[in-house]
Amino acid sequence: MRITCPFCGERDRREFYYQGAAVALERPVADAGEEAWDAYVHLRDNPAGVTKDLWYHESGCSSWIVVTRNTVTHEILDCTLACDTKSEVSI
Amino acid sequence: MRIAGKGLIDRSKPVRFVFDGVGYDGFAGDTLASALLANDVRLVGRSFKYHRPRGVLTSGSEEPNALVTVGNGAAAEPNVRATVQEIYTGLEAKSQNRWPSLSMDLMAANDLAAPFLGAGFYYKTFMWPSQFWEKLYEPIIRRAAGLGALSGESNPDKYERAYAFCDLLVIGAGPAGVMAALVAARAGADVILVDEDSRMGGRLLAENCEIDGVPGVIWVDRVLSELSAMDNVRLMSRTTVTGAYDGGTFAALERVGHHRAARHAGLPLETFWRIVAKRSVLAAGALERPVAFRNNDRPGIMTAGAVRAYLNRWGVVPGQKVAVFGNNDDAHRTARDLLAAGVHVAGLIDSRHNAPDATGFPVYKGAMVSDTTGRRGLESITIRSVSGEDKLATDCLAISGGWNPTVHLTCHLNSRPVWCDDILAFVPSPSGVPGMGVAGACSGAFSTDRCLREGAAAAVAALEALGKSAPKTQIPDAEDAPYAIAPLWAVPGRGRAWLDFQNDVCVKDVKQAAVENFRSVEHMKRYTTQGMATDQGKNSNVAALAILADVTGRAIPDTGTTTFRPPFSPVAIAAMGAGAQGKGFAPERFTTSHAASVERKAPMIEAGLWYRPSYFPVPGETTWRQSCDREVDMVRHTVGVCDVSTLGKIDIQGPDAAEFLDFVYTNTFSTLKIGRARYGLMLREDGHVMDDGTTARLGAHHFLMTTTTAAAGQVMRHLDFVHQGLRPDLDVAMVSVTEQWAQFAIAGPKSRELLNGLFDADLTDAEWPFMACGPVQVMGVRGRLFRISFSGEHAYELAVPSRYGDSLFRTLLARADTLGGGAYGMEALNVMRIEKGFITHAEIHGRVTAFDIGMERMVSSKKDCIGKTMSERDGLSGADREQLIGLNPVGAVKQLTAGAHLFNADDDPVRVNDQGYVTSVAYSPTMGHMLALGFLKNGRARHGQKVRMVDHLRDLDALCEVVNPVFFDPDGERARG
Repeated sequence: MRITCPFCGERDRREFYYQGAAVALERPVADAGEEAWDAYVHLRDNPAGVTKDLWYHESGCSSWIVVTRNTVTHEILDCTLACDTKSEVSI
Repeated sequence: MRIAGKGLIDRSKPVRFVFDGVGYDGFAGDTLASALLANDVRLVGRSFKYHRPRGVLTSGSEEPNALVTVGNGAAAEPNVRATVQEIYTGLEAKSQNRWPSLSMDLMAANDLAAPFLGAGFYYKTFMWPSQFWEKLYEPIIRRAAGLGALSGESNPDKYERAYAFCDLLVIGAGPAGVMAALVAARAGADVILVDEDSRMGGRLLAENCEIDGVPGVIWVDRVLSELSAMDNVRLMSRTTVTGAYDGGTFAALERVGHHRAARHAGLPLETFWRIVAKRSVLAAGALERPVAFRNNDRPGIMTAGAVRAYLNRWGVVPGQKVAVFGNNDDAHRTARDLLAAGVHVAGLIDSRHNAPDATGFPVYKGAMVSDTTGRRGLESITIRSVSGEDKLATDCLAISGGWNPTVHLTCHLNSRPVWCDDILAFVPSPSGVPGMGVAGACSGAFSTDRCLREGAAAAVAALEALGKSAPKTQIPDAEDAPYAIAPLWAVPGRGRAWLDFQNDVCVKDVKQAAVENFRSVEHMKRYTTQGMATDQGKNSNVAALAILADVTGRAIPDTGTTTFRPPFSPVAIAAMGAGAQGKGFAPERFTTSHAASVERKAPMIEAGLWYRPSYFPVPGETTWRQSCDREVDMVRHTVGVCDVSTLGKIDIQGPDAAEFLDFVYTNTFSTLKIGRARYGLMLREDGHVMDDGTTARLGAHHFLMTTTTAAAGQVMRHLDFVHQGLRPDLDVAMVSVTEQWAQFAIAGPKSRELLNGLFDADLTDAEWPFMACGPVQVMGVRGRLFRISFSGEHAYELAVPSRYGDSLFRTLLARADTLGGGAYGMEALNVMRIEKGFITHAEIHGRVTAFDIGMERMVSSKKDCIGKTMSERDGLSGADREQLIGLNPVGAVKQLTAGAHLFNADDDPVRVNDQGYVTSVAYSPTMGHMLALGFLKNGRARHGQKVRMVDHLRDLDALCEVVNPVFFDPDGERARG
């Protein structure tokens, strides 16, 4: 598997640390309520198809990357820096 | 028998080798199989289950029978395919799976018991009594079955891993592969051409054919010499592509040393490659399949294509009177080639009534071979036709049941092959592997002309995808013979007709599986072991599932295939794990004080990848406890020095650094004064404790965070995530500086005395109070000093750039020695932190909350932070929680153990009564007895109570008193003073 780091280019996936769903980027506000926090911390989809997840270029430039990929075909559709996908901050 | 004038072997280079203790002669260019056949050695092994005599079946890596052990002692390599092993002077090979000898194998008694040993025999027979399995049945079965054995000694051979990248990877260097490589190379593409054989050319080496008016061998050598002269081409022979993976990644095994007499010091035995290719062309050819008939497994019975290969490439005929049996036109080619070489062809048996005629040998049309004789090698065959049965004397039978395209790699990403009725075989599905084109026989194109055309076309398609223009290429002239075939999988009749020669799976076993309702091809495989031998069914799977299709009344495509998985051919674990043996398994991280510590005879212990001194023995000490107790005493009364460089150090800078820290720590850092350090607690977003450590403020926009040694990576990852993923708005940057700074703890009442004299000015309490930090000049070197303490004593940590670490450590030790102090190691460090109730990851093990460790007040109510919301959930605090406590033994308790569980004094020590557990223990020389830290339900309210500590594993049972976890100096006077 090859991941294209926006900084470093196409690299072997063993340079990356896999974190999980990109849901982790959408942190609720502190008082968003139990359901929102439960969904944020614990609930994850398990899609057969397109999914977005987070990879950390640990043996490279330390970028967190949102990788859009297809779990069925293993195709990688997009790689974007996590800091660029955040349009606004929800604190 | 060797035929004069035939073959590509070098007759000017004789090679002497040994098989089963007997010396033989061969030539350079021979494989062990061809050389043995040239010496008329037909019996080379025994089958797995029945111990039937086995001879060479094929001429390639798919060989199921001719498995031998090469070499002796620790370097012995079992299950080497004789068809792949090149001979060299001094080669020693041994047959396997026989006792006492190959020709007289006592275990062949299994063959007489064959009526009882059919499919499912073990499952049905050894069901009960169940305790007999491990003690009786399994050892007996294991001794009787099995192939070559490992030496049991450490493998002395060297293996390497390597990486390669290219525009186009061409797999297989037969006519299709070399044509594809040539077209792509001429267009300027970066090409890697791999072939598993020692010599490239594929079937062109094995066939009597012409391309562009010259013999195929000459043509291919010309192309290869053109390719090898090009800078943009890499030719890799003896390299098998064993797997296709995502993103154009391929695994390949290169056999570097197997064909060399002496193991070269610098050369590995094998190299495991990872090749990343933008595009690929699979030109892996096809594998011939035998036909099943009664006693079709005798030595001397081979595939027809193999007989041709031995004749044309190695100048060897495996018999004096050769018969050929087939269901297709290709079988006729074998008979013709043999005849042309002057070999007596006893007859050609073709199952088709409309088989072509031939001159020079009798053709039995519409006939089949129904049985054979010959105990250790073929003597005669029985030919059955409408007119009855005939016996024919022959010592070599060449059989062809048709050719199976080598589709394996196209299926490694879960694609299934497609049935093709024209050639009665599976061909690759077009969507098998992204970026991969398929050309030649592996796509079902069996003539040389079609191979060349498909190879060129696959290269043109790859070039287009690469954005390169393809030059106009002339396709060389070559034969374009048709390939006609009629179905024939098994000759009907009684007796055992072999499918899987190595595992002794016969036609009747497949039928039996179907009768017992193992009708799915995957179930049949597992019930019969069909295709589970080292060849993974390359010779037998298609026939087996054709028979399964027949008995279950389904079509072959509906029956389907078993799953093709990597590796294509066996790969030694040593090759896959190359570089990871011994110390290569994990890198070693050494501190700058490593050499000085080892000089002082400190045993080093692992902490993650780091090596840290356990203790520093002095003369007279014989146990670690003596050293540890002395070191604790030393720090508590004089001074000790300890390398703490392994703690994670993260440099955090930027105008928003303080705000960032407020968000990742539960407590507040924006209020921290410059020149001061503060203990910080970090949660995971689920509300549990992630890590703790001290963070120092070096400037308005500059902090230095420390983390636990083992959590350094995790915390760095976390900080990067919080910044980039959650707070990219903050202007802050961070980097790990763990390895840039050497840092030493100087602890004890004389620590200030030790340090004074090292700096420009003496340390004072006014300027350097507890938790102060700042820059210092250490004998002219810019360093950092922190007045922090993990021992509970008046202590400092002094950091200098790593290149000064060794020198500083030695200087500190020399000064400590003059003050009656010295170095202390991990054991003493651990004892002192337990005495002080300081937590490590033994306590913050991932399931504890800030409340559990009594730090809930450190979660600031004035701000949000990672983990805060979730830490406020019901159940994460309160009396039901197991809370950090200290334990003092009551009475004559000898030992407390980490991992032991806690129970109320009167309760049975069983799970339902569990009250908590012990996380850390130490013998405290300061207190004079053992201490423990642990977690106890509602523990903070239970100080003074007695609980029972039970270690079920070590059989310990002790009464303890619950106490404040800070055993020593609970008010912290010593660190402040």
